Amino acid sequence: MNQPLILVFTALMGGAILAYVVLDGYDLGVGMLMPAADRDQQQLMVNSIGPFWDANETWLVLGIGLLLVAFPAAHGVVLGALYLPVAAMLVGLMLRGVAFEFRIKAEGWHRELWNWLFWAGSFIASFAQGLMLGRYITGFASGFGYWLFALVVGGAVCGGYVLLGSTWLVLKSDGELQRKAILWARWGLMWVALAVVLVSIATPLASETVRQRWFSFPNMIFVSPLPIATFAAGLWIWFSLGKSDWKPFAGAVAIYVLSFAGLAYSLFPYVVMDRLTIWEAAAHPSALRFLLVGTAIVLPFILGYTLYVYRVFRGKAKGGDIYGS
Amino acid sequence: MDEALVLARAQFGLNIGFHILFPSITIGLAWMLFVFRLRYERTRDPAWLATYKLWVKIFALCFAMGVVTGVVMSFQFGTNWPGYMNNVGNVAGPLLAYEVLTAFFLEATFLAVMLFGMNRVPGWMHLASTFIVAFGTTVSAFWILALNSWMQTPAGYVHDAAAAGGGGTLIAGDWLAVIFNPSFPYRFTHMLLASGITASFLLAGLSAWRLLKAPEDSGARATLRFGVHIAAVLVPLQIIAGDLHGLNTLEHQPAKIAAMEALWKTERGAPLTLIGIPNEREERTDFAIMVPRGASLILTHSLDGALKGLDAFKDRPPVAPVFFAFRVMVGMGVLMLVLSFTGTYFLWKKSSLPRWLLWSLAGFTFSGWIATLAGWLVTEIGRQPWLVTGILRTTDAVGKASGAQLGASLTAYVLTYAAMLLSFIVVLTHLAGKGESR
Repeated sequence: MNQPLILVFTALMGGAILAYVVLDGYDLGVGMLMPAADRDQQQLMVNSIGPFWDANETWLVLGIGLLLVAFPAAHGVVLGALYLPVAAMLVGLMLRGVAFEFRIKAEGWHRELWNWLFWAGSFIASFAQGLMLGRYITGFASGFGYWLFALVVGGAVCGGYVLLGSTWLVLKSDGELQRKAILWARWGLMWVALAVVLVSIATPLASETVRQRWFSFPNMIFVSPLPIATFAAGLWIWFSLGKSDWKPFAGAVAIYVLSFAGLAYSLFPYVVMDRLTIWEAAAHPSALRFLLVGTAIVLPFILGYTLYVYRVFRGKAKGGDIYGS
Repeated sequence: MDEALVLARAQFGLNIGFHILFPSITIGLAWMLFVFRLRYERTRDPAWLATYKLWVKIFALCFAMGVVTGVVMSFQFGTNWPGYMNNVGNVAGPLLAYEVLTAFFLEATFLAVMLFGMNRVPGWMHLASTFIVAFGTTVSAFWILALNSWMQTPAGYVHDAAAAGGGGTLIAGDWLAVIFNPSFPYRFTHMLLASGITASFLLAGLSAWRLLKAPEDSGARATLRFGVHIAAVLVPLQIIAGDLHGLNTLEHQPAKIAAMEALWKTERGAPLTLIGIPNEREERTDFAIMVPRGASLILTHSLDGALKGLDAFKDRPPVAPVFFAFRVMVGMGVLMLVLSFTGTYFLWKKSSLPRWLLWSLAGFTFSGWIATLAGWLVTEIGRQPWLVTGILRTTDAVGKASGAQLGASLTAYVLTYAAMLLSFIVVLTHLAGKGESR
């Protein structure tokens, strides 16, 4: 009876988390690439994400908010089990958020310090998110192998964000910085490819459920388009780099959407792997219905003005202090 | 209390206390920015634009601090208080989600237009964006205070014994009654005024700081005048609102009032304790200076009105922190009243302020923070031992993170917050000291 309602909220939560990963992913990636650029380029890089990062991070609050609202039982289990990586991620996000604001107002070695903290915060947050994902996929299983797996996923997410960030820079820059970004994107893509192979081998080993879903007949045939399409998106990025400004970024987003679909397929209907389903964890229908009304009204506006702001700030990023310009 | 509970509370209290510093500036400051921007639109006087550009930077800084600490809070609900969502999630959850949906995206997105869009969008759109951000901060306060007030004075809920799922058996019967619960109108007004006062003292204080360095800065003189005048209007209003809020608390949470006033015994014509040291073990206040019948007069508006003492309550909050925090809040309020009236008097008579008054205002730059924090300590500690009054105890909501995990992350938070706060104050005084010329 409440199944459609719960499915809608599962989709909304998944959509918000995917939006967060793609959107904050590119600005975290730009943050991690900071040390590879010279001072003027760093300014351009920061300017390219300036108008967007606040709103990007809001998708994380929405995703976690929907987990908390729609699946209260899972919220405590998931966040309790991920206590330390969550704390690390939050410290990382705080560092980079304030470093972003402070570096604009600082000069000399102060600015260098904030640049460094911006990089460190971006890296800590990205790695911690990967760690959380790795722990989450295995249902928080304990043991050396599972932690090693989580570390690999941590590295993979960093590589994925670097790919998103560098292709974003290809889109938002020109000249020397764009040439550099193309090179970074090639490295990022190779990193992602290696990580995808490693994770694809390790995940079925780490989880019986995942093995069943992907490597049993006839499931294998139905799900085979996912890895094939992911591979095609990788090739698309590789061969469009240097020829098109927007295609590499679109390809990187496609890889994320496809990976996310694969993850959703692996998990469903679990919200905590092998332990808690969305049906068990869901809130009371009265709460969900009340929220659905508002969401249906407000979400189109959010999407609308988000698109508006991306349109207002379209085009290549400019150097210098962009405040008030 | 066990170690994990103490640490979980310390950590959450630290975070929420650090977080509230920034919204308490941005809610008020956003509306002031709208006024600056509107004046520029009307007069085309570049001085107003320069003022706007200086203060929008300070706003952006406060906003970013609020965002990053707010993200932490959304996670700590789950990491520190899983029992909260498991028991009252069906009511509390949607209120939080509405805040994100109706306010956060609005603020974050249009702040970008405010900050970076002046030459990219038409003037009216920039003005509208400033308004939307101010509106968003207020909507955000609306939802969060609806939730907090519901935790203080729950209403509109029913028990659905048949409820299955993760959010417990308590559900909302009437959402309007949930949102507009008995203490909400008072708390919401009290907080909006607090934010207006915090922002006006920040404005006046930083402008005074600038004038001490550069007495001829006309922009700083205008913002000083603006801040002092707004404060002189809002502080008296806040005293009235606070009194009404207190009477509402007496009706719905009498144990909190008893702790605030250190009323140990139920009596008629209860004296008002001005200051003293509450002695919880002996149930009396040491070294107390009292005004006979004062408490009855203030709280019942009658000299021999009956007041319930702490002895009337089985569940009662710790007395000393509530008692002292309340006195800090009221004390700050009185000082702010004196300062804003003195400032208004000098501006009216002499049109400029003597240096000692500029120094006083500069010293009171962050006075709103102290009063706001003290007020929140009163209301939050005063609700204990309940997390949701009469429904959920704090001890029943705590998570099972180990003391070591909590201790390690608490240390990391303390260090991060200390560094952030220090940097924030340094950058703010630096920006304000430089003035609007850049």
